[in-house]
Amino acid sequence: MKRLLKGGRVVDPANGRDGAFDILIDGERIARVGKDLPVEGAHVVEVPAGFVLTPGLFDMHVHLREPGQEHKETVATGVASAVAGGFTAVACMPNTTPINDNAGVTEYILQKAAQANLARVYPIGAVSRGSNGDQLADIAELRAAGCVGISDDGRPVKTSLLMRRALEYAGMFNMPVLEHCEDPSLKGEGVAHEGYHASALGLRGIPAVAESIMAQRDIALAEMTGASVHICHMSAATSLRAVREGKRYGARVTCEVAPHHFTLTDESLATPVSYDTNMKMNPPLRAASDRDEMLKGIADGSVDVIATDHAPHHYDEKKMEFDLAPFGIVGLETCVAICFDRLVHPGVIRLARLVELLSANPARILNVPAGTLSEGAVADISVLAPDLPVTVDPSRFRSKARNTPFGGWQLKGGVAATLVGGRTVYVNESAGGAERFE
Amino acid sequence: MTTEQVATISKLRHKDLLGIADLTPDEILLILDTAEAMREIGDRPIKKVPALRGKTVVNLFFEASTRTRTSFEIAEKRLSADTLNIAAQSSSLVKGETLVDTALNLEAMAPDMIVLRHAYSGACHLLSRICRAGIINAGDGMHEHPTQALLDAFTIREHKKRIAGLKVAIVGDLLHSRVLRSNVQLLTKLGAEVWVSGPPTLMPPGIERQGVRGTTSVDEAVEGADVVMLLRVQLERMQGAFFPSLREYFSVFGMTRDRLRRAKPDVIIMHPGPMNRGVEIDSEVADGPYSVILEQVANGVAVRMAVLYLLAGGAEHEAAA
Repeated sequence: MKRLLKGGRVVDPANGRDGAFDILIDGERIARVGKDLPVEGAHVVEVPAGFVLTPGLFDMHVHLREPGQEHKETVATGVASAVAGGFTAVACMPNTTPINDNAGVTEYILQKAAQANLARVYPIGAVSRGSNGDQLADIAELRAAGCVGISDDGRPVKTSLLMRRALEYAGMFNMPVLEHCEDPSLKGEGVAHEGYHASALGLRGIPAVAESIMAQRDIALAEMTGASVHICHMSAATSLRAVREGKRYGARVTCEVAPHHFTLTDESLATPVSYDTNMKMNPPLRAASDRDEMLKGIADGSVDVIATDHAPHHYDEKKMEFDLAPFGIVGLETCVAICFDRLVHPGVIRLARLVELLSANPARILNVPAGTLSEGAVADISVLAPDLPVTVDPSRFRSKARNTPFGGWQLKGGVAATLVGGRTVYVNESAGGAERFE
Repeated sequence: MTTEQVATISKLRHKDLLGIADLTPDEILLILDTAEAMREIGDRPIKKVPALRGKTVVNLFFEASTRTRTSFEIAEKRLSADTLNIAAQSSSLVKGETLVDTALNLEAMAPDMIVLRHAYSGACHLLSRICRAGIINAGDGMHEHPTQALLDAFTIREHKKRIAGLKVAIVGDLLHSRVLRSNVQLLTKLGAEVWVSGPPTLMPPGIERQGVRGTTSVDEAVEGADVVMLLRVQLERMQGAFFPSLREYFSVFGMTRDRLRRAKPDVIIMHPGPMNRGVEIDSEVADGPYSVILEQVANGVAVRMAVLYLLAGGAEHEAAA
């Protein structure tokens, strides 16, 4: 079956396109992109004015919790959440139970993803067996099973030596090591950014340098080995400084920032004082100066990726003392709205740059065939509605979890529809005209 | 009574006492003034008034405490409340019940107030969101211990007749101290000049933003002080590499008679207890003429009576009873 998406604004930085183009979809693939394509033989979708067609968004940092923590999220609910957030693909971290450190777990995840048949799922394998930091996991086997990167996420790679080996070994496959940067001894029992607010609330602090000291280690090792390191969920200005410097002297380093880290600061803990465990994540909400630096890095190109670190938890787990609640918040279904409202509309970046951050760059870093609307590419397309008023309502999330600090936020910009492999997998009923994509 | 600082209000419009941070200076003064009246009850042969008759108060203590729990219990009994004590070791917490479930189960039995002591900061805020009962914070983690700060202020006011303009030096483990945080809130709200001192490793980040002066020189903090308050140094802090040894701590930061010479001649020495003699305070000082440490304990009962009474509705409630 052929579908012709007609007359919409297409923003596809990989092909240098930003303007009105038609997209002809034939089966799973994009057949043609051009002006005024002939309509015969195709079902025509008149793209409503104000909608934007972009290459499918790709969240390269999510936790799908399956296997083992299905009370928090499953692959099925996770990908439902992804497509509702405009994402056509996600990369899922290996800290499941058991850890994704062998092909069996990878295959299980991919099988669940195939059954759900919504967003594409690219598993990330563990760096070390059990993510214990002692011995490398079977990385070639993980890769053969479908893993696109390796990480001990949730923990840093334990020793400098193991990180060196991981970079060297994974480098043979051109696979990046995705690093959760944190010096465990400096983090200690910290639960919030070390600074005035945590101190006034009597919460143990996690200093910004706990992150950047590990980023510096990893960047030095990336330079030495010539392999690629990707700094996950970067939150500290000093880490960004290390990334910028590393890039300047030619280390293969990339980095991602999560929406909460370019939106919120540790002041959220105190306004009002509520010990809201939806403000608890790792790395923590940092100082305003860190947040501002993340925005600067997003604007000037030193930040490569926006990724959500979608971390679903059961409400029982979050309804605890602040110290005892687990770290993490969900992010898939709020990301696009926050990016429009906080980045595009205020003029921090143009839409084309947002598409790079959310699609083209993560696809390039993980060597995944995505991030482009080229002829012949798979027809993974996000239909965005930049001016759509959005009120964040966690009770309507497709995710199993509701742990977001953004509940009730009113934002401008959202998702109209999501197409994976030419097939419409999500339509937002509150975006007028989106039903045309059914 | 001082003519300088007295309350201009007569009611506390709060369901809970979660921290000094939530109180206005006027509300603090109201509690202190009310405590003056309450103290007299403790001097009577029959130490009991009917103010909280028929009210149920639960003392829910998840951390060991002798002084604070006893003080609350005596205060409750003097006001004729029905009190019961739940200590962590006897509760279902050891069976793996969450704090929220424990609180909801207590709540189902309709207590009027819950006095909570808990090892984690913010535990009282969590309970206040889910309970109709008034929550009184008897110490939450490293956050606040409001009744301690109130009884400290009461004691200071008794000796100095005022709080505004006094120089108060607080010395010890500042970082982990809820007593510090409540005292800083209270004393700055009432206009004292607060100095804090301790090892740099135990200095809370951004403490100056709370309106106090921080210094690692005890001598500088104590110089000309009207009040010197010592904070307990927990013996296990050496493991966290906060300081090398108790011996060295004492030699650099311990309050000795020598160091105290820099303070005003009529300085008072305070300590919230329990004391480590020979660590943060020399016995000569603890037992010396300037020490008001046991007065603090005595005043604790009156201050807690005032808090319980005012949160229960004060005179309004009595009229209805």
